Amino acid sequence: MKKELRLMKGNEAVAEAAIRSGADAYFGYPITPQSEVLEYLMAEKPYERTGMVVLQAESEVSAINMVYGAAGCGRMVMTSSSSPGISLKQEGISYMTGAELPCLILNVVRGGPGLGTIQPSQSDYFQATKGGGHGDYRMIVLAPASVQEMYDFVELAFDLAFKYRTPTMILSDGIIGQMMEKLEIGPQKPRRTPEEIAKQCPWATVGKPKNRERNIITSLDLSAVRQEEKNLKLQAKYKEIREKEVRYELINCEDADYILVAYGSSARLSMKAMDILRAKGVKVGILRLITLFPFPTKIIKEITPKVKGFLAVEMSCGQMVEDLRLAVEFKKPVEHFGRVGGMIPSPEEIVEALEQKIIGG
Amino acid sequence: MAKIRGAVVVDIEGCKGCGVCTVACPAKVLALAKEVNGKGYNYAYMQNPEACIGCESCAIVCPDGVITVYKVKVD
Amino acid sequence: MAEITLKDIIKEENLVYKRSEIMTGKTLSYCPGCGHGTAHQIIAHTIQDMGIQEQTIGISPVGCSVLMYDFLDLDIQQAAHGRAPALATAIKRVMPEKFVFTYQGDGDLAAIGTAETIHACNRGENITIIFINNGIYGMTGGQMAPTTLEGMPTATCPYGRDTSIMGNPLKITELLALLPGTYYVTRQSVHTPRAVRQTKKAIRTAFENQKLNRGVSFVEIVSNCNSGWKLPPVKANEWMVENMFPFYPIGDMKVDGKIVNK
Repeated sequence: MKKELRLMKGNEAVAEAAIRSGADAYFGYPITPQSEVLEYLMAEKPYERTGMVVLQAESEVSAINMVYGAAGCGRMVMTSSSSPGISLKQEGISYMTGAELPCLILNVVRGGPGLGTIQPSQSDYFQATKGGGHGDYRMIVLAPASVQEMYDFVELAFDLAFKYRTPTMILSDGIIGQMMEKLEIGPQKPRRTPEEIAKQCPWATVGKPKNRERNIITSLDLSAVRQEEKNLKLQAKYKEIREKEVRYELINCEDADYILVAYGSSARLSMKAMDILRAKGVKVGILRLITLFPFPTKIIKEITPKVKGFLAVEMSCGQMVEDLRLAVEFKKPVEHFGRVGGMIPSPEEIVEALEQKIIGG
Repeated sequence: MAKIRGAVVVDIEGCKGCGVCTVACPAKVLALAKEVNGKGYNYAYMQNPEACIGCESCAIVCPDGVITVYKVKVD
Repeated sequence: MAEITLKDIIKEENLVYKRSEIMTGKTLSYCPGCGHGTAHQIIAHTIQDMGIQEQTIGISPVGCSVLMYDFLDLDIQQAAHGRAPALATAIKRVMPEKFVFTYQGDGDLAAIGTAETIHACNRGENITIIFINNGIYGMTGGQMAPTTLEGMPTATCPYGRDTSIMGNPLKITELLALLPGTYYVTRQSVHTPRAVRQTKKAIRTAFENQKLNRGVSFVEIVSNCNSGWKLPPVKANEWMVENMFPFYPIGDMKVDGKIVNK
């Protein structure tokens, strides 16, 4: 079949991917740097193309609760926002996790804390991978490093969300969301029929027929005994996710003495840094994280004995580096380099950081 | 002349003894028992069953839905 | 003619009223005499009468009625505090052919969920909202609600609501009636047989309206909170008539999309 190529912004790619993967609904609220998602959807009229519902809510809080409602009906539903808006959505994400509802949340991260800046950042790693809202839970977190991955991860995220009945996040940033790249887009998938939804999601609240028990979507259970069981069930789910869903990319790691560990935009910047270092004769490889939760601990443990040190490159003051250190278990040096507040590190700065903190350190 | 006769059945164990039915009854049929049910509530009962006209007033105001109403026409 | 006995009357063929089959039969968690129970019975009867159990999705709030899903034999989603109208919006939009209703208390609907309430109403979502207003937070132990009357004592205004400090009670239903997205707005109660019959008619209308796709149908039920008000059930209803009704007068505010002039 002939490839369908487009030139699109990362945010637009997500929107088009949602339509083409057969999503049932999108609920969102404008915030820079991700407003193109909702703008693109409204311009595309997916309610005419596929019957997909698109609605601008009165707030991020309302949008995520609309997602809860549609997900509770077994629908493929998503929302998108950027950091301050994602903070507002944490209540709903926690409730959805408790009620075991699948959904896709896109966070096009900007610098914080507070209103921060509209410039790109990777400072929401903790919030995304450690739970974010209240209670003992995790989300599957995918980190795209290109516009193509912004597109591809939408369907992947929906698949994972439904497979595990859990909210799944695409953790992007202002660079990936705003930049334009060539990408290949897939064919239009049909939306599931109500019958297919009822079969795939027997738990969905779609109206109680006489021949089944009523379906209840709730995160509440006042019995401590049952609530503990519920928590343990969630933990068992996360254990399975850790075992089966780790995704990463190893670039030039076979002969590497040093590993740059990065995700998203930082991985792209690290590629250039690697080229500079390799030209100087320094054997550098990259571990690009694709899933942030689950974290690729196993491969890091395998690499650790073969290398001299790791540099975590992230646009934060040092968040992902903590998971990296846990995986390396202090067996090799692990340092962090990042620019923050919307500043983007240059490849030269990354080179310098590796040379000073790891090679010279 | 046709006369209406009614009767109510109170699910004694479900009754919480709130007494809303006793004031809702236009024929003063219902009262709260001196005895209590398993939960310790003075449950509603027909103190004056002859007067019941089966109007359903007690049943529709009952928050717990524990009253069932029957009605017949007596010639 | 022989004297008729109770045994002659209490027969299946003479049955005129029993609890709706839409009620699960589980003992309600509400206090004795609580209007929540009566409201539940009315909703259950309405859904049974309309034969729409299979097409109905309910949304329970946070508050005393959070466990509504234990009592109504329907597919139900439990919402975060105040967010029920957002859930209802999405449910109705992904399944426009279904009947969708929220059931919310005053704290849920008129305080923490004000934005969700007003915007769902303003968008004219084709849903039914049932609003139980008893002027107090019941589940958390009787604290001040947005609808607590001036001078009314609660756990967080133990000397009575002083409006100079705590602000005024909110007539949110009047406010919602002004929005173009509401099609039917009414205020009812469930403390007497007559009131129950009126409320049942209102709730029936509110559900039937979803077939018309004209916007929100909103039924406020002014109700009691015997525990929070610290009154026995029958006395609480009397207090409600004397104190709540003058501030929250019973009656239709908007019918068929038109404001009712009084």
